[in-house]
Amino acid sequence: MLMATDTIDTVTGDTVIAAEGVNLTFETNDGPVHALSDINLTINKGEFVSLIGPSGCGKTTLLRVIADLEKPTGGTMSVNGMSPEEARLARAYGYVFQAAALYPWRTIENNIALPLEIMKISKEEQKKRVRDNLALVNLTGFEKKFPWQLSGGMQQRASIARALAVRPDMLLMDEPFGALDEIVRDHLNEQLLKLWAETQKTVVFVTHSIPEAVFLSTKIVVMSPRPGRIHDVIDCDLGDDRPLDIRETPEFLKIAHRVRDGLKAGHSYDD
Amino acid sequence: MMTRGAGTFLPVLTIVAAIIAIWYGSAIALNAQFEWDQAERIGKETSWTQVIPATMAQERPVLPAPHQVAQEIWKTTGAMIQRGRPFSKRSLIYHAWITLSATLLGFAMGTALGITLAVGIVHSKVLDKSMMPWIITSQTIPILAIAPMIIVVLSAMGISGLFPKALISTYLSFFPVAVGMVKGLRSPDAMHLDLMKTYNASRNETLLKLRFPASLPFLFTSMKVAIAASLVGAIVGELPTGAVAGLGARLLAGSYYGQTIQIWSALFVAALMAGLLVALIGWIGQIINRRLGAREVLS
Repeated sequence: MLMATDTIDTVTGDTVIAAEGVNLTFETNDGPVHALSDINLTINKGEFVSLIGPSGCGKTTLLRVIADLEKPTGGTMSVNGMSPEEARLARAYGYVFQAAALYPWRTIENNIALPLEIMKISKEEQKKRVRDNLALVNLTGFEKKFPWQLSGGMQQRASIARALAVRPDMLLMDEPFGALDEIVRDHLNEQLLKLWAETQKTVVFVTHSIPEAVFLSTKIVVMSPRPGRIHDVIDCDLGDDRPLDIRETPEFLKIAHRVRDGLKAGHSYDD
Repeated sequence: MMTRGAGTFLPVLTIVAAIIAIWYGSAIALNAQFEWDQAERIGKETSWTQVIPATMAQERPVLPAPHQVAQEIWKTTGAMIQRGRPFSKRSLIYHAWITLSATLLGFAMGTALGITLAVGIVHSKVLDKSMMPWIITSQTIPILAIAPMIIVVLSAMGISGLFPKALISTYLSFFPVAVGMVKGLRSPDAMHLDLMKTYNASRNETLLKLRFPASLPFLFTSMKVAIAASLVGAIVGELPTGAVAGLGARLLAGSYYGQTIQIWSALFVAALMAGLLVALIGWIGQIINRRLGAREVLS
């Protein structure tokens, strides 16, 4: 069953991320840019939330505020009941960037071990986690390869393994499959969904692809630009079992349609 | 590799042959006047057939012929080894070693200083603003002007020998390393730096695990420039010390006594040494690059 909610969920014990009236203005040479305007959003434990919108809508900025890579200029943001900074210092999340951002001078296994080295985790434990997480993203056997020896999709999988190796409760993903071709993207979407089901992690996922958002998410946050704000929050209750074919079903298309309408409406004043 | 070697062999050989031909031509042209004057002074008839061989066998030619330089180099290196006296004061090996030791010490200190300055500059806005102008200014002062000052000041402090010369090498070699390393340490892109931030990595960890490895290609490129500059510094540093030992001393002594053959052979040994040192740095850089997973590139 589909449920459309325009109201914001109330903060419960399961709340992982809570934004209240978050504002962010960048000072640039061309004057201030209002990147985020009055963002109210709660994300509960175990949810898969997509942030979708056209470029300039602040979806990446919002993710970066959650990750404490940007500081909001107004409002409050809490992550795991802490400030984003405290959460970052506690290594509460794994962050996956638009590009794989693997260090080119490290082999795949050493790339995955990088955060573990910084966390001063023992060598044996590092080895175990590298092995387990490579298996999780189907990259067993590529331990000794350097990043350039892997395809773009494999590199991005390695970067997901690196984010998971930290064992965070939360994955923050910034258009991780944006640079990949359609077929690889479908494949990785399926894998990610499987991974999410297995690990029960909270995922915040930035994308500008409607099918990707609907296919993956339990909740879709539609954003619109200038100033970046939340236009609509759509529950996406397609169940846990989602084969790729689900994208042809009426339920799927109905949600996709609503997302598209939201994106159009957010844009209309621009025309 | 084979085809690449064969492909470049002929052009390289052609260039070398052309240089030698031009050199012989110039030697004849520059040295001939002396022979004509000499013949006229003793009132002897002479012709080009006599003059040309003579231009290539003068004791103090304006420009010595290539084989004269080669003979002199052999006499002062290989022949000295054969006679079991490679480190005699008349051996170029001895003088080259004196210069090389100052070069290497100066280069090591210059590289260390350059890296230290770069790390400071990258981590501190204040250092960036306050140090960078001085670093650049330091290189606008002619080394020939400042080298005697360094030697004089240090000898007044009772320091002489290797160290003052090495210091002049340091003065010249820290600059390319500092500038190259500032660029290298700043080369990681924003995403790689953000990644470290998400790991709550300290400055030191970011430096060691990200900035340093990212800067290595820059380091080796600037070290190639630095070691050549170090050699120049060491030679210049030998000039004001009274021409006791070293390639610089050979150059100075040669010019005092008009020993052009000695000057040219010292020059050639210095050039050869610079070439070898630069190649050595390049080779070490390649090994490290390969260890760090760099793609095989034809260079």
